[in-house]
Amino acid sequence: MDKSPILDVEKLNIRFNTPVGEVHAVRDVSFTMGREKLAIVGESGSGKSQTGRAILGLTPGKVTADKLAFRGQSLLGLNAQQWREIRGKRIAMVMQDPKYSLNPVMTIGDQLLEAARGIKEGAEARQHALGMLASVRIRDPERVYRAWPHELSGGMGQRAMIAMMLMAEPELLIADEPTSALDVTVRLQVLAILDDLVKTRHMGLIFISHDLNLVRTFCDRVLVMYAGQVLERLNAGELEQAKHPYTRGLLACPPEIDHRRQRLPVLQRDPSWMEPVQ
Amino acid sequence: MTMIEIENLSISFGHGADRVDAVKSVSFSVAPGESYGLVGESGSGKSTILRALAGLNPFWSGHMAIAGQKLTAKRPRELRRLVQMVFQDPFGSLHPKHTVDRILSEPLTIHGFDDVEMRVRAALERVGLGPAFRFRYPHQLSGGQRQRVAIARALILEPKVVLLDEPTSALDVSIQAEVLNLLTDLRQHLGLTYVLVSHDLGVVAHMCARLSIMRTGEVVEIASADDLSEGRLLHAYSRQLLVASRGYDTQAIAAFGDF
Amino acid sequence: MTDWAIAATPPRWRKWLLAETPQSRLQARLSRAYLSWVAFARNPLGMLGLVIVAILVFLALFAPWVAPHNPLAGDLGNRLMPPGGTHWLGTDSQGRDIWSRIVFGSRTTLLIIFMVAITAAPMGIIIGASAGYVGGKTEAVLMRLTDAFLAFPKLVLALAFAAALGPGIENAVLAIALTSWPPYARIARAETLTVRSTDYVAAARLSGASDVRILFGHIMPMCMPSLIVRVSLDMAGIILIAAGLGFLGLGVAPPQPEWGAMVSEGRNQILEQWWVCTYPGIAISIVSLGFNLIGDGLRDVLDPREG
Repeated sequence: MDKSPILDVEKLNIRFNTPVGEVHAVRDVSFTMGREKLAIVGESGSGKSQTGRAILGLTPGKVTADKLAFRGQSLLGLNAQQWREIRGKRIAMVMQDPKYSLNPVMTIGDQLLEAARGIKEGAEARQHALGMLASVRIRDPERVYRAWPHELSGGMGQRAMIAMMLMAEPELLIADEPTSALDVTVRLQVLAILDDLVKTRHMGLIFISHDLNLVRTFCDRVLVMYAGQVLERLNAGELEQAKHPYTRGLLACPPEIDHRRQRLPVLQRDPSWMEPVQ
Repeated sequence: MTMIEIENLSISFGHGADRVDAVKSVSFSVAPGESYGLVGESGSGKSTILRALAGLNPFWSGHMAIAGQKLTAKRPRELRRLVQMVFQDPFGSLHPKHTVDRILSEPLTIHGFDDVEMRVRAALERVGLGPAFRFRYPHQLSGGQRQRVAIARALILEPKVVLLDEPTSALDVSIQAEVLNLLTDLRQHLGLTYVLVSHDLGVVAHMCARLSIMRTGEVVEIASADDLSEGRLLHAYSRQLLVASRGYDTQAIAAFGDF
Repeated sequence: MTDWAIAATPPRWRKWLLAETPQSRLQARLSRAYLSWVAFARNPLGMLGLVIVAILVFLALFAPWVAPHNPLAGDLGNRLMPPGGTHWLGTDSQGRDIWSRIVFGSRTTLLIIFMVAITAAPMGIIIGASAGYVGGKTEAVLMRLTDAFLAFPKLVLALAFAAALGPGIENAVLAIALTSWPPYARIARAETLTVRSTDYVAAARLSGASDVRILFGHIMPMCMPSLIVRVSLDMAGIILIAAGLGFLGLGVAPPQPEWGAMVSEGRNQILEQWWVCTYPGIAISIVSLGFNLIGDGLRDVLDPREG
């Protein structure tokens, strides 16, 4: 199996021009990833979503980087035609709420076919689509194929979304809070599907989330972001040994069922966390 | 005496073929000063119960009483001083065109208080917001600050019961800790009774002494927070919920049943 | 790069208006209005519209001082003089100075616009918001009433009212207002349907607010942005209808100057003495354009999706 990194990011910066001045949303973010499950964790405003979008060239901000390469190919300064070759086909993205990411005026089947346009046609495409729906553990692929998005529950919709994104068999999947809008049991079932697909297809998965406790059980490695920077990077199993006070704070503050406390520890934000990381 | 008494509460929407029974004959009671939890996934009916208790939905059947007063479809104004609510979405529960001052003083004006200014300032202080926030608009506040204003608004009429509808679901985890601590402190200092609705077992275990686990409009199990933390749940669905809250575990997921 | 509007504000005011923590209700409101102004000022076309309307207001206010000649009486010996000399835009068939009549006519135009706006808009918003909030039979009745008025072509209905009520500026205003309110009712109802199910309205109900308080204090303010944009864009149409009425002799009574009537008077001389009807026509076009540009600019600022 190919062990070389599929994504190489070096000093990624994203800046936005706003009426109140320039906002430096992502600052000098660097990381590499192979065919593994990498989590990017942070709270709102940490820059995690923008980082994910920058990999697909979908951020409205200004992207600069020393290096932003996917399997050796640079993703900087690509034109529309080159992006079309990559988006959906080699790198795909699943977003948070299928209510907003599925086209409400097209059936699921039509959207699946559209995702495979240029790669598979006609009956072959239809078979592939049905196979895809089965691989996301939808019990009645024919029915869902014919269904409209509003007829599906949250979990079904998200599974259909994943199926759609995998139609072109990409090598890297970026999931931006894919389970945050789902119920707890459904959430884990969808994660199991993602886990399965990533393993069988040798894909890389970037899992963007605000839930550190969820990703520590699901992903292989974790990047913790704050105010646009990566503050700490760890293996998921080693989160207990996290050194940075922000990471430790994030781990300590959610209420735990097994270990109840009178008061929850509150994160003391240290202004030095905003300083550039060495 | 019980503070909140609910017996055989049923709520349905729509008619005929489109009829949805959101709440099916639910009963529970809450003692004064207690914090009671309603846990469930989406469609369980927990928020529907809360809204009916708040008086936002007049179409219910059964028996509901707060502080001994029987509730009817119509709510007299005085009852507003008894029970208040904090909503889930901090972005949607404050009027975008009203300042914090207006949001807090309006309930006071409606009920004819004269020391409005002093009460507004006291309310802001109580939730940890300084006077600097008084004339800001909601879009100038962060999520956590908005939720604090929502809490201040809920407390400004000095209610005995506060209904909390997923009060921290939309907040970052570090802000959630601050807001939950604030709610705990307020309950102790002001002797309030809470009914907290959440899908997050961790939040409910932290905030509540007793809870009802709900599924598709019915109460599946009533448990104490201790039962939760020691894993002493009886119903299979409750146990599944508890396991799911612990995080990703392939074997556990494989064992999930369809309820 | 700062906005020119911010740079143009005196520093002391700027600091007060941009304060992060306003100290009073007034400061909060003015600060918000100021930021909307700054956003509007970014749009050059919107600013152009504003300049045009500002000129209109200026002319209307200072007409007696701006106009070089008497708009009501003319020298018959000077009739139908071409533009030039003391009569910048020429004279009409009764020897009256056209420029002076345009300047004084701006008062009529402005008055009509203002009167229509303050009658039609509140009428529309109250009917629409009430319909949307109360629902049920009331809503059905009110909206069918709205549909009925909406179905009539504006100019024809205005004509009918004006013909029935007689000529005169008050009747013209009434006629136009009666045909202008339906779209506002529709907009208000649509916004109300969205707003009434929000949590902040639920919170207001929980506080014990009466329906009237909710309707006027919570719901109508949310209808305002869409409505303001729509009214601005409608101004152009209102001016044209007023001009149309004037053209047909159903507006202001002569010899009062009114742009539409002036165009009508110049009809017979359109080929040889073109200036008599052309200049008032240009005035109508420019002012309509001005309001259109303001409306577009406002739409960008008052994003209806705000909040």
